[in-house]
Amino acid sequence: MNLARTICLLASVALMGMVFFPQAQAEPLSVAVASNFTHPMKALVQAFETQSGHKVRVSFGSSGKFYAQIKHGAPFQVFLSADQTKPSALEKEDWAVSGSRFTYATGRLALWSSKENFIDEHINALKNGQFNKLALANPKLAPYGVAAVQVLNSLNLTESSQHKWVKGENIAQTYQFVSTGNSDLGFVALSQIINLDKTHDNNGIKHGSAWVIPSDLHQAIHQDAILLKRGKNSQAAQQFITFMKTPKAKNIINRYGYETL
Amino acid sequence: MSFSEADLTAIWLTLRLASTVTLLLLLIGTPIAWWLARTQSFMKGPISAVVALPLVLPPTVLGFYLLMAMGPNGVIGQFTQSLGLGTLPFTFSGLVVASVFYSMPFVVQPIQNAMEALGERPLEVAATLRASPWDRFFTVVLPLAKPGFITAAILGFAHTVGEFGIILMIGGNIPGETQVVSVQVYDHVEALEYTQAHQLAGTLVIFSFVVLLGLYWFQRKQKNIGLKYGA
Repeated sequence: MNLARTICLLASVALMGMVFFPQAQAEPLSVAVASNFTHPMKALVQAFETQSGHKVRVSFGSSGKFYAQIKHGAPFQVFLSADQTKPSALEKEDWAVSGSRFTYATGRLALWSSKENFIDEHINALKNGQFNKLALANPKLAPYGVAAVQVLNSLNLTESSQHKWVKGENIAQTYQFVSTGNSDLGFVALSQIINLDKTHDNNGIKHGSAWVIPSDLHQAIHQDAILLKRGKNSQAAQQFITFMKTPKAKNIINRYGYETL
Repeated sequence: MSFSEADLTAIWLTLRLASTVTLLLLLIGTPIAWWLARTQSFMKGPISAVVALPLVLPPTVLGFYLLMAMGPNGVIGQFTQSLGLGTLPFTFSGLVVASVFYSMPFVVQPIQNAMEALGERPLEVAATLRASPWDRFFTVVLPLAKPGFITAAILGFAHTVGEFGIILMIGGNIPGETQVVSVQVYDHVEALEYTQAHQLAGTLVIFSFVVLLGLYWFQRKQKNIGLKYGA
């Protein structure tokens, strides 16, 4: 047998090994997280991993997609939704551990423009219709979109602005429409624009101009988490749920522009 | 089975988009295909590669760059604004422009293949009969390459109907303007409206199958024009 053939043979054996025996060590904790919670989640995972020694594997995406995937056997152990309906549906349909559902964060909405001074304290640009487009998350799909429509209703601006709406499939895409300058204004999550860099001050936001919307203009955006059936016997999953309720975790969540109960 | 009004609007919009794009692509793609089929230039490689790029690039890449380029600070955006047309994202015209890029290889390649298959001889014969270059193109090349054009039109149309990623990124989901069938299916699925999703998705599956079946049936009759990809 010549050298090339030996190498080929060894390589195929190694490849087969990788395909059939993916990992020898323990599976990491697998968490599905609504995309609006991306930034705080990364900080939370870091804190949890150092504290507990468990590894966490996070998937970010839309809650609707996760809901469908979980019902079709996706290997998630904990689900952090962007709303309350999906976790409670999973609970009812017996895909989750009953009684494990809790509100981990309450989202804040902001009207944002990537242009400096475009939004003033009286939000004249919005009220007078002086903008090309108004981006919002699709109210049919995203809780932040529902809240955005409620704000417009409270301000009596729904009808006059409707022909200028552009809808992102989620809050991340809505942010993209505004940040690329394609839409002058947009309703985004406060956590997407909040300034964590204490060295520069721009009224608390990263760049552009914004109006943090008073929470009495819309129903609270409660985001629920739940322990899934797949995580029922996982120590790591239970520890993570407990960790999410500690003052330390709540502190991180608050820092990223969410309220906690 | 009954479609909601929003679904019907989406179907009609999709058909309108696909027809517009197919028509435009036949007009733009023909000279490109003709040039690619005939040229000896060193630019043939680079131009072919640019035309074929959408086959390889994920729609997210194309959509992302188009959103940037068509935006108020982008190259295309500044150009359209200087013409007084505003910016293209969130408009039907924007979808047309994006789809022309996206479906270009599906139209150019079959036409180019058909033209290359002709060879020199018919053109030389026509030239000896004193046909001018234009004459030769319209009376010899076009009729002989007809199967290539039909394949190109079908593929361009079908591929635009199936477009999703780019439209999601630059469309803004506006009913009657940018909310096409594929996006509508996605919305139904996301909103857990599986019954409506099934209706639209099933229609799309049947439509695509029938179109491709027709295409292969047609190609069996025209053996020389192969479908190189896209199906």
